[in-house]
Amino acid sequence: MRGLGSSPLHSRSPAKAAVRNAGPQEHAGSLRALAIIAALLLAFPAFADTPLPPAALADTQLPDAHQEAEARALMETLRCVVCQGQSIAESDADMAGQMRALVRQRIAAGETPGAIRKWLIERYGDYVTYDPPLSATTAPLWLAPLVLLALGAWIARTSFKRRRRERG
Amino acid sequence: MKRLMLWLPLAGFALLFAVVASGLFRPSDNLVHSQMVGKQLPKFSLPPMVAGKPGLGSAMFADGKPKLLNVFASWCIPCMAESPQLMALKRQGVAIDAIAVRDTPENIAAFLKRFGDPYERIGDDRQSAVQLALGSSGVPETYVIDGEGRIVEQHIGDIRAEDVPEIVAAVRKAGR
Repeated sequence: MRGLGSSPLHSRSPAKAAVRNAGPQEHAGSLRALAIIAALLLAFPAFADTPLPPAALADTQLPDAHQEAEARALMETLRCVVCQGQSIAESDADMAGQMRALVRQRIAAGETPGAIRKWLIERYGDYVTYDPPLSATTAPLWLAPLVLLALGAWIARTSFKRRRRERG
Repeated sequence: MKRLMLWLPLAGFALLFAVVASGLFRPSDNLVHSQMVGKQLPKFSLPPMVAGKPGLGSAMFADGKPKLLNVFASWCIPCMAESPQLMALKRQGVAIDAIAVRDTPENIAAFLKRFGDPYERIGDDRQSAVQLALGSSGVPETYVIDGEGRIVEQHIGDIRAEDVPEIVAAVRKAGR
């Protein structure tokens, strides 16, 4: 989806801009209004997206079905860098299309999915992958289930022990 | 021992509370920062974008002089907004090269005519290949590159008037 969050443009909060634009020359209000109307009439439409068509491999499958499946599986685990919550496989953002083309080109050239993921992580950080590698920040994520499982086993063991003792 | 165990759930809660609170109070940063900062520019060579202005290659950054590398496009509104600041940087003697992302020569020529031309070279990155290699997640972005072609800093988003002194200082520092 090309939603609100999929704009490739970096823009900061509009509130800040509004504060900046509020100048002290309030007396020139009517003149300014005229100027704004003139500017609106003169302005050519600015499209916030590229006029170019997407890359050839952005939306075209690879001829080799096995390679396409490999590329597809990788795309589903790569995050689109302009749309935050979507994988590049499901995003309509232009940048996601360019990233899909990059994945297909590299798979077709014989590169492994692991190497492509590594290349992207070197540039965008772990942010770009939905399959986060084990690191200091992700360690709790991986270890918490094991810790909870161990805790559960311990609680179960002590409570079973107690019950046995009560019965016996 | 039993006494101590009694406090364990409260300690657990306090820990969780601390984690959540620190997450709430940390200023939010949803920018995707390039991991290439501090590293050498990736190797690339781009053809010229407009007539009469050379294209751009990574080798051109190893001439001993620090530069700015501006990633921009004519279809990008914040790029229009930052153009006066780029002109101001140029007036202060900062060399600026550019990569035009997913654009056409006609559109770039019209953009330069309308908003001014602060660039020494402009490379045509039609397929955003170099943009991806730089770890850039959108336009505009500006990289400070030192004289050996190493990326020193990344400015994400349009350069505002208040950012200009900082960027000039970063370029001067990269030249030393």
